[in-house]
Amino acid sequence: MPTPREIWEAEFGAAPRRDADFETMSGIPVEPVYGTDDGEFPGQFPYTRGPYASMYRSRLWTMRMFAGFGTAEDTNWRFKEIIRAGGGGLSTAFDMPTLLGIDSDDPMALGEVGRCGVAVDTLADMEDLYADIDLGEVTTSMTINSPAAVIFAMFVAQAEKAGIPRARLGGTLQNDILKEYQAQKEFVFPPRQSMRLVRDTIAFTSAEMPRWHSVSISGYHIREAGSTAVEELAFTLANGFAYVELALAAGLPVDAFAPRLSFFFNAHIDFFEEIAKYRAARRIWARWMRDRYGAEDPRSMQCRFHTQTAGVSLTAQQPELNIARTAIEALAGVLGGTQSLHTNSMDEAMALPTEKAARIALRTQQIIANETNVAHVADPLGGSHYVEALTDEVERQAEEIFAHIEELGSGSMLEGAIKGIEENWFQGRISDSAFELERKVNEGRRIIVGVNAFTEGNEEEQIPLLRITNEDEQRQRKRLDAVRDRRDESKVNAVLERLRAEAADPEINLMPTLIEAAQAYATLGEIMSTMGSVFGRHVEVPTF
Amino acid sequence: MAGERILVAKVGLDGHDRGVKVVARILRDAGFEVIYTGLFQTPETVAAAAVDEDVDAIGLSMLSGAHMTLAPAVVEAVRARGADIPVMVGGIVPNHDLDELRAAGVSAVLTPGSTAEQIIDEVRRVLDAETTS
Repeated sequence: MPTPREIWEAEFGAAPRRDADFETMSGIPVEPVYGTDDGEFPGQFPYTRGPYASMYRSRLWTMRMFAGFGTAEDTNWRFKEIIRAGGGGLSTAFDMPTLLGIDSDDPMALGEVGRCGVAVDTLADMEDLYADIDLGEVTTSMTINSPAAVIFAMFVAQAEKAGIPRARLGGTLQNDILKEYQAQKEFVFPPRQSMRLVRDTIAFTSAEMPRWHSVSISGYHIREAGSTAVEELAFTLANGFAYVELALAAGLPVDAFAPRLSFFFNAHIDFFEEIAKYRAARRIWARWMRDRYGAEDPRSMQCRFHTQTAGVSLTAQQPELNIARTAIEALAGVLGGTQSLHTNSMDEAMALPTEKAARIALRTQQIIANETNVAHVADPLGGSHYVEALTDEVERQAEEIFAHIEELGSGSMLEGAIKGIEENWFQGRISDSAFELERKVNEGRRIIVGVNAFTEGNEEEQIPLLRITNEDEQRQRKRLDAVRDRRDESKVNAVLERLRAEAADPEINLMPTLIEAAQAYATLGEIMSTMGSVFGRHVEVPTF
Repeated sequence: MAGERILVAKVGLDGHDRGVKVVARILRDAGFEVIYTGLFQTPETVAAAAVDEDVDAIGLSMLSGAHMTLAPAVVEAVRARGADIPVMVGGIVPNHDLDELRAAGVSAVLTPGSTAEQIIDEVRRVLDAETTS
């Protein structure tokens, strides 16, 4: 029997190697990983130490900077800037009206168009958003949930119009609706109807888009809404199990879709707990996928994830300090073995980032990648008594939460996730944790530099902020008017009628018709309200 | 004077509700009677709720950048109902917007990092100004 080290050596030897000198600054040669011969190695079940044998020796993480503001043309310009500056992938932020599936000229959109992200109303906006960017080469992530299937349909229609077949498209659709009800709160349809759309996108990408990640199961927003690290981990993985059960119930074999599920975690400021969280995430996912869901393909068991530093840890006071916070958080993500990383900009407690602030945030990753040598060694904290104990404890507490969710769902994690939402269980736990942290800050038991301690300097002049004027809103409405003027209305009406009929039949996969609706230049709002006429709307009972 | 009624509200499309819930609890623990509207309200629904519930002040939580449009619209909607209820704003508001918000009739703006004590003091200050004016 070969030892775990021998198995690892064979895999590592077969993996590509990036061009770098793997030594310390004093010239001491550095091994790709450290550990005992019979211990667990990276790329080995349950993947505590990383999903791949070679980790960053083959390829650094993708520096994926989230961007979006104003009109599609504005954001396209920022995307090209990111690619020029060395960012390895795109990540699209949509504005609030787009996230909620309404058009820029809807009365509810007033004041929100292009503010928190880019406004997308029709295929025409999608065409401008990715103009002159080779989507067969650059991978794209889209942070969209309630209208994810519609925006994704526009994306596919746009790429194919530009000559890139859907099978070549690589990227990620966030498409994680469960955490919307739990934390982010950008919901539209009721949970079960929304889950049908998630099922349709998973089935569609499994069949036609082998390079696409259908769901990015996201703890980020759960954490930002106030959860603890353990709750972030447990709720996120439990949501992942729910999506697995959803796809299994639709008749898809586990190894046909699970390799295309990915995760998105927060990197908060409690350095070692974050690293333990990532390690525990990989271990739990591997065990559940193999033992409970019968996965056989290792890729179904490998938890791969994107990380973003914690927006909620940023302070409006002395904003330059946020550069230091973000660097520490980003380092936790890297030591935890993230596959891609977004670093927040120092000014984001006040506004969307300026170009300079966003560049400093990207440069922070480049310092970690190129100056610190931390990427030489996989799982460098593996074997630390502290980190190993913390990993075990985080896993144990997460399992307790899974047991509760399973009980809520009478044995089903899918039902448990939905029941927990309907009964406000997740929402209540998150608010309780948020309040508990606030109490510690108010009592001075938790120090936040510049907020409840070390406040000298708070009165200094503020850094320059990005200003978005109402002109963007006006411009976007004009763009939408122009599309409505030139499209074929009878075509739009016909496809929307068909969509309404198909929405009423839960057996039908809506993706092909959604793509046709996009091609006819039906607006996001028209498509969503057509489905809404069948699905209804979700209303949350307000509690605090 | 305890027991004053405060309506805390989320206007527009912004789903960030961590702050509003924390502030609601802080005010409740400080002895106020707190009513939370829930998400996705319009200036009209907030003004109507404030008048119907006969509240002493309104607190808007805004983190999506739409405060310059929506906060003045709430002030207007309250006035249009002939009511004189002070409107406060909390959330992500850049300094360069503060003067314009006050000019539009917003009584107070609480920015990130405000402590529980500052929040309670500011609400009391606004309520006192109301009763003495």
